[in-house]
Amino acid sequence: MAERAVPWVEKYRPRTVTDVAHQTEVVDTLRKAVETRNLPHLIFYGPPGTGKTSTILACARDLYGSDFKKRVLELNASDERGISIVRNKIKSFAMVAVNAKTNAEGQSIPPYKLIVLDEADSMTTDAQSALRRTMETYCRITRFCIICNYVSRLIPPITSRCAKFHFKPLPKQATLDRLKMIAAAEGVGCSDRVFALIEEQSEGDMRKAIQMMQSLHRLAMDGEIAEQAVLDISGAVPAETVRALIAGCQQPNAFKQIQAEVDALLLQGYPAGQLLAQLSGEVVSSATLPDVAKGVISKGLAEADKHLVDGANEYLQLLNVFAIICRSAAPAAA
Amino acid sequence: MDQLDYHMELSQSLKAMVNRGDFPHILFYGPSGAGKKTRVLALLRDIYGPAVEKVKVEHKQFKVGSTTVEIPILSSAHHLELNPGDAGNRDRDVVQELIKEIAASAPLPTSSSGDTSDWKPFKVVVLNEVDNLSKEAQHALRRTMEKYITTCRIMMTCNNACRVIAPIRSRCLCVRVAAPSAAQIAAVLQATARKEAVTLPPLLAEKLAAQAHGNLRKALLTLEAARVAQYPFDPKGEVRQADWEAFIDGVAADCVREQSPRKLGEVRNKLYDLLAHCIPPDMIMERLTRALLVKLKHDPPLLQMEVLHHAALYEVRMISGSKAIFHLEAFIAKFMAVYKRHLFTSFGG
Ligand SMILES: Nc1ncnc2c1ncn2[C@@H]1O[C@H](COP(=O)(O)OP(=O)(O)OP(=O)(O)O)[C@@H](O)[C@H]1O
Ligand SMILES: [Mg+2]
Repeated sequence: MAERAVPWVEKYRPRTVTDVAHQTEVVDTLRKAVETRNLPHLIFYGPPGTGKTSTILACARDLYGSDFKKRVLELNASDERGISIVRNKIKSFAMVAVNAKTNAEGQSIPPYKLIVLDEADSMTTDAQSALRRTMETYCRITRFCIICNYVSRLIPPITSRCAKFHFKPLPKQATLDRLKMIAAAEGVGCSDRVFALIEEQSEGDMRKAIQMMQSLHRLAMDGEIAEQAVLDISGAVPAETVRALIAGCQQPNAFKQIQAEVDALLLQGYPAGQLLAQLSGEVVSSATLPDVAKGVISKGLAEADKHLVDGANEYLQLLNVFAIICRSAAPAAA
Repeated sequence: MDQLDYHMELSQSLKAMVNRGDFPHILFYGPSGAGKKTRVLALLRDIYGPAVEKVKVEHKQFKVGSTTVEIPILSSAHHLELNPGDAGNRDRDVVQELIKEIAASAPLPTSSSGDTSDWKPFKVVVLNEVDNLSKEAQHALRRTMEKYITTCRIMMTCNNACRVIAPIRSRCLCVRVAAPSAAQIAAVLQATARKEAVTLPPLLAEKLAAQAHGNLRKALLTLEAARVAQYPFDPKGEVRQADWEAFIDGVAADCVREQSPRKLGEVRNKLYDLLAHCIPPDMIMERLTRALLVKLKHDPPLLQMEVLHHAALYEVRMISGSKAIFHLEAFIAKFMAVYKRHLFTSFGG
């Protein structure tokens, strides 16, 4: 066994800004910033596994080289980031003036430090207000990069001071290219069809795509990955099953049958939320449901989803959604 | 893993996966009693060998600010297991501290044996019921899971994968664990009976399996209880339901039999009893609804759906309210009204 075996997601984390797949807007800006040594305050936002953390760490490495540790303060959701930390720890790091200099590798590094606040979604508004003051006071000697999934969690005085970059779900080709690069390096047996399936299941989350490919490779005992295996570990309910359920609801007196099927699905471990998401896709694109029914059902789906997030009982919510489908889809129900 | 009696295929390949040191964090999800913990243990045995079975339980203390939390932790030389829910609203600090502790004391190659082929550079932390982990604690895990991956792999279990935040799911291989089918449960029951030198009539095994509703743990417990109550088994014997389930079925029967303020009062007292015995309110609501739907199975589907609609509605109110009894009672009252109206209209009252 290799001594420091790490999963491929970490092994193939981009090391320099140019390694980052897609995200062209931010990559271009940062490449220029590294060249001119001129970095604005930054906000990165977007869904999981799109390269936010990797990009800023790579950028910091490009900027500072071996002085990374001295110049960069990285705080994430596991660190205490209440108002007192902002006023003390962050402020005391921010206020230290640094000079432009040449580091051990002979690289000239810029006269400011970088503070990375990763996973900032959970920072309180009070802490953010305190942060904003620190940003203002020390902006000449410190740059900030704030990372979150939803930019709406940040207060406007902060967002207005930063260059905002939206990390979008990765487009198909970008994911495929990277998967193929890794597959070649690791000797993964994978047909084009399987690559496409993995990409589809990953929904633009590069981390998920790479992780899936590695797991599938290992699960196949390092042999050729089968198409069925991708569907098995994706966690999605087979599309035919979902379609059959909706068709079943359109039969007269379907409700009894549906009760048994809902039970069976939950026993198979499919989360109700997953089913709702898939149902929604099928309902909207259904050719047999009338538009009025689609509206009623979509509303029911949205409500059930909200209730599930609040912790409602999965069986009752899911069965109720199917009851709504039965009622609005049944041919001339009395 | 070889001891698991069902889902052999997935188990075999998971085993192959963890035998390489580069496996990811894993999240097992699926209904209770489906065998998630069994799977985790089996994987641990495959990674580390029998040493993981030498466990001790300690009540570990964590200092958080000015307070101290104490929670039970199961540990071997290679792994730690805990229910972060035990730490209440301190779950974030407890989980973080544990992982950082492990990282700080990263396992060294065992020098005594001189053989490092079995040496693993990481420990495994098993977190159970992570659907109860606070959002804060989940967010805190994100970067921690990435940073310490060389020294610490996390295996999590939960019933409802949707309550685990997306960034955590993105960081794990998510493995769905389906409940065993009734036939599979019956087979495990028979195997257990053989091991204990007990004769289990096939018919009884089937009944026990059907009633366990996919929950193997529950089936095994019921078998155990049945054996204590009466052995040798009567081949045509009835299976006793869990007391609280039978009790709720009785409540449903009451509601269908009579709809009156007097009955409502009686039912209310029964519900109080159930709550006093710490049966979770949402389980009461679910069981009650199931029982009512069975009672109404010969009535029009529209009536059944109406009852279900109210059950779902009142359950949602119940979880956001503070007194479960109000909502359970309101649901019963609603049911009585709906059902009475139905009786009137259908029998021309
Ligand atoms: N744009 C990308 N180019 C190349 N690899 C990527 C990219 N995005 C994600 N990855 C892969 O996914 C892994 C996780 O990426 P990263 O940590 O940057 O995600 P993130 O956007 O910070 O997600 P989260 O919101 O969950 O923290 C990386 O280690 C890398 O392997
Ligand atoms: Mg990140």
